[in-house]
Amino acid sequence: MSRLRFIIPLAAFALLVVVLAIGIRQSPDKDLIPSPLIGKPAPAFSLPSLTDPGQRVSSTQLQGHWYLFNVWGTWCVSCREEHDMLLKIKQAGVIPLVGLDWKDDRGDALSFLKQAGDPYATIAVDQDGSEAIMWGVYGAPETFLVNPQGIVVYKYIGPITQQAWEQQILPRLPMGQTPSAGASS
Amino acid sequence: MTARLCTFVIAALVAALLLAPSAVYAIAPEQMPTPQLEARYLALINGFRCMQCQDESLADSPVDLAADMRRQVRDMLLQGKTDQQIRDFMVSRYGYFILFKPPFVLKTAWLWLTPGVVLLVGVLIALRVIRQRAALAAADMEDNDLTDA
Repeated sequence: MSRLRFIIPLAAFALLVVVLAIGIRQSPDKDLIPSPLIGKPAPAFSLPSLTDPGQRVSSTQLQGHWYLFNVWGTWCVSCREEHDMLLKIKQAGVIPLVGLDWKDDRGDALSFLKQAGDPYATIAVDQDGSEAIMWGVYGAPETFLVNPQGIVVYKYIGPITQQAWEQQILPRLPMGQTPSAGASS
Repeated sequence: MTARLCTFVIAALVAALLLAPSAVYAIAPEQMPTPQLEARYLALINGFRCMQCQDESLADSPVDLAADMRRQVRDMLLQGKTDQQIRDFMVSRYGYFILFKPPFVLKTAWLWLTPGVVLLVGVLIALRVIRQRAALAAADMEDNDLTDA
């Protein structure tokens, strides 16, 4: 009985350590916040085009096609890191990239794309950041995979890696996907 | 004369109260047209988490995204949306994680119930210890009585 007195608090303490260790491991890592938009319709939008401010980029134009909705900005260092991968995705020709230029300077964005290459089929401009809130964006880059019915199928947070492309995005696409149909401007 | 002085003092106090900020914020909150809207606005932005600096509220956070989200809350209030509609909107975009006080749903039940369960276990242990001590003390008393006698 007297020995039990020491063992019980010790066991309780050990349990607490385990619980806290799990808590720390799984603490709200920015990468782990799941998007409530998955399985739901992507937000409807109609925004000015970056390349041609007279034109608008709208969600209705994109209906009927798979697309990757990529939130970026020239001020975002990780987006520059991601850029080569985006160019590779464009080259693969499997799915069009729709850009959302988030709170960016138009001149900066255009000169960056001219110099580094433009992976996007079309780019919408979110001047004041309100469209990003519609998509639940809290950092750039963030990429949403949207299906032809306009449903968000998957969200990738952070720069897309080759691994993410091969293991997370490609397997979610139907086989025999026609190269970047329709969505190019 | 004293009556006039009194009214003056009261007026000055009222003016001071009206002009004084009701609370100190790291970020100057944007002005709302009426005190009612202002109060709702402050309550709402204090209840939302800043998604970039996750331990701060939207009210406290200096980051750009928090400013954009405060503007979203303000715009929705000015459009006449209810607090619940605004909260639902934020949850539909960012998930329950954005609420500092998550609702009681199946997914969050353990979060709400664990403290109660732990407290209950603690109370049970405490009760047992107290009873044991009381029994020991009583036995002790009896011993003392015997030796004294």
